[in-house]
Amino acid sequence: MNRFLWPLIGFVVLVVLLGVGLTLNPRDVPSPLVGKPAPAFSLARLHAPEEQFSPKDMLGKVWLLNVWASWCVSCRQEHPLLVELAKRQSTPLVGLNYKEVRGDGAIDMDKVAPGKEKGMVVERAGAWLNQHGDPYTLSVMDIDGRVGIDYGVYGVPETYIIDKAGIIRMKQTGPITPDVLSSTILPLIAELSK
Amino acid sequence: MRRLVMVLLLTLLGLAGSNGAIFAGEAQPLAADEATEKRLIAISSELRCLVCQNESLAGSHAELANDLRREIRTLINAGKSDDEIMEFMVSRYGDFVRYRPPLKGTTLLLWFGPGVLLVLGFAALLRYLRRRDRAITDSPLSAEEQRQAEALLHDNDSHQGRS
Repeated sequence: MNRFLWPLIGFVVLVVLLGVGLTLNPRDVPSPLVGKPAPAFSLARLHAPEEQFSPKDMLGKVWLLNVWASWCVSCRQEHPLLVELAKRQSTPLVGLNYKEVRGDGAIDMDKVAPGKEKGMVVERAGAWLNQHGDPYTLSVMDIDGRVGIDYGVYGVPETYIIDKAGIIRMKQTGPITPDVLSSTILPLIAELSK
Repeated sequence: MRRLVMVLLLTLLGLAGSNGAIFAGEAQPLAADEATEKRLIAISSELRCLVCQNESLAGSHAELANDLRREIRTLINAGKSDDEIMEFMVSRYGDFVRYRPPLKGTTLLLWFGPGVLLVLGFAALLRYLRRRDRAITDSPLSAEEQRQAEALLHDNDSHQGRS
């Protein structure tokens, strides 16, 4: 009996480890930005292209930064939840429209004249928000994705919770689910807003 | 016809003569560019593409990989060192982007786990073999036992002979 005990223990440990491994999400890469100041940027606003928005404008407020694009399928899935969230409470939600035109695989960038891209972004993103509802306090245009790189964006949609001091407190990669919203995001916002 | 051949020959000669000059003019930017590309490949081979996680940044065709390669090229041209470029990537995407994560508290198990496992395995094997050695006592036969064994063998022989 005893000679089977240790192999059995080894087997059970292995099964447990593999089982835990299966439940982990490999897409969920911990962001080094959590606990660090939100990277600075200054981008033109979608609905007022002559005006700029910068994260420092939000100092003193708890706010959300949501990275989205009209070509992003998961964003569509997440969107009703954001619309609902915007209706329910007043936490500012800033949309970072990420590579609206050049991120769309269906568009051949060689055929887009260099000066035309910004106009296309305004038109496409605006139309999408008209169709699906606009939950954003304001949206900014990251046309070339340069700001996205500073925020470590690698899978749209992504959402950052930023506190009153401008520190990133949480990052959600991929669509926000109702579960994550009620169990993590809303309590965190409530705590940070105190 | 002869004139045509002459013109052709002269053109060729002219080309041959100016060849050196043409290449000399182009060599400079080509070399600089090649060095940049080499460094780009060396750096991006060490980095994971976050979109398709089992591909390196050098080999990936993902949109983000293109952007990041462009970013690295810009950093190289801005005179940044390899370490600074690594730091740029790690500060945005975390240690996970590096195929060779740095040695620190949270990665100790990753670096030394396999080695420790190997040593433990050898230790267990050694212990098992020693224990088995002790269990099988291998003592020579005493004189009495020797005689008994021979008697048995002999008895067996004569028995066979009779039948």
